[in-house]
Amino acid sequence: MLAQQLANGIFLGATYALFAAGYALIFGVLDILNLAHASIFMVAAFVCLTIVLAGFPLWLGFLVALVVAGLIGVILDRVAFAPLRRRNAGTLVPLISSIGFAIVVEAVIRGIYGVNDRQFPEAVRTAPPLSLGPVTFTLFDLAILGAALALMLVLAYVMRATKIGRDIRAVAEDRIAAALLGVDIEKTIALTFFIASALGGAAGVLVGLQYNSVTFDMGGRIELKGLAVIILGGMGSVTGAVLGGFILGVTETLAIVFVGSSWRDAVAFGVMFLILVLRPGGILGRRALRTA
Amino acid sequence: MPDFLELYTRYRTVVDQIGINAILALSLAVCLRAGQLALAQAAFMGIGAYVAAITVVTLRWPLAAGTFVAIASAAAVGALLALPVERLRGVFLAIATIGFGEIVRIVAYNLKITGGGDGFNGIPPLLSTPWIYAALLAIGAIFFALRGSRFALAMQTTREDEAASQGVGIDTGRVRVTTLACAGAIAGTAGVLYAFTNFFLTPTDFAFGRMEQILVYCVIGGVTSPLGAVAGATLMTILPEAFRFLRDFREVTNGIVLLAVIVFAPGGIAGLWKR
Repeated sequence: MLAQQLANGIFLGATYALFAAGYALIFGVLDILNLAHASIFMVAAFVCLTIVLAGFPLWLGFLVALVVAGLIGVILDRVAFAPLRRRNAGTLVPLISSIGFAIVVEAVIRGIYGVNDRQFPEAVRTAPPLSLGPVTFTLFDLAILGAALALMLVLAYVMRATKIGRDIRAVAEDRIAAALLGVDIEKTIALTFFIASALGGAAGVLVGLQYNSVTFDMGGRIELKGLAVIILGGMGSVTGAVLGGFILGVTETLAIVFVGSSWRDAVAFGVMFLILVLRPGGILGRRALRTA
Repeated sequence: MPDFLELYTRYRTVVDQIGINAILALSLAVCLRAGQLALAQAAFMGIGAYVAAITVVTLRWPLAAGTFVAIASAAAVGALLALPVERLRGVFLAIATIGFGEIVRIVAYNLKITGGGDGFNGIPPLLSTPWIYAALLAIGAIFFALRGSRFALAMQTTREDEAASQGVGIDTGRVRVTTLACAGAIAGTAGVLYAFTNFFLTPTDFAFGRMEQILVYCVIGGVTSPLGAVAGATLMTILPEAFRFLRDFREVTNGIVLLAVIVFAPGGIAGLWKR
């Protein structure tokens, strides 16, 4: 029972981690809370669903959804954040403009697809059950975990070993110094939004598949969980966010065992509140704030 | 004026919503005036609504007593919330208070006395439109009366420069506690009005979506301006109703107006007025 819940926690945590990695990346680079992240998460699930329902294979839907999510992220930056960067608008205003963008995106999707729950075709999700000792899961669960882990490894590689990653880290550290050293700030920020939103989109597709439910308001459930995760990991730390995602996933599934499923969300927000009050730098501490 | 009466009966819920939303926007405006990005208004509103419903409907208290206890509870929760978060600023304060709001919602969802997820049913319509607007006017009058007071100035200096205001002898910790208590009382009042004009309450009425809307009213209005906040609440409550013909797309207008105001009119409605 406990082992099963731990495994469930890891499956759940993988999607939290993926979602929060994108959230944290944007906070780390721009110091803004992007409340439109969850709406891009949702759009990606719809893009993938539409492609699959049109008869194309799932992997194609997944890839297209990632690219579309990334592009919407770039548009988000141009529409909601770039005009504010030019006039140093503080923290409140970008937060609100991201809400504005999210309202538009959600209304459009709601207008196109309606308010009802959508499902992937059963054939896409059928997979043989596997068991590992006392733990049972399906090949499909494993594939979701694998996809999430693979994307996080790609992110780690991009951030550490490529020019794009170095530019992003330089802009996060000191925008003016980076500009002086020849980094194209606007291009780097656009790339940051592409990467972060593609990750959020990937999380959306995987969550849609995991629960087999795609709705226009599916982002609301993960939006605030994502906040809890980046607080847990230390705002702006991508490594911390990934770690925080798995910790929250496992904590939540254990909470189901010990305090009952209706209280599980209180655990997430209780932990988040306590960490903010007692240890505002997150579990990795302040030092992790600016590292990728 | 029969036309006016007919119009009122037709749009009564919208008229009520405008008043309640304006009160909620004023509650957030208090916090923003003191530079506190504290986003627990929806939770304060929920506390006010549930306490009023429980005392008046379940315990059969008189309306006035229930209302008083409801508003006092919301104010007390506001003051108590200010203590643990005293070191948090900006986005961090926002996130902590959002987390607090979620906890309140989840507690309401799990308790028996609140009716849980099924909601609190059968609340008699003891209040109506005139009460909502009387409350709005009263709160507005208090804002107006206090506008040049020591406390209002202390809030403003705390927003602009916390270290400097401590330097001139302002107890910023106390300003923060009082601000959140006032915000709690105002949003609690909105909650009481909501409870007795809506027949039933569910925890999702007080979820993060509501908080986002309140934030939007204030920013549209011009962040710290009370009149702006009321105007913002009015505009953003009417818009989706006016665009009902867009059906499921209708919220698009709210998003576009919001983005346009932020990008092109940074001072909001209050800023346009001053120009």
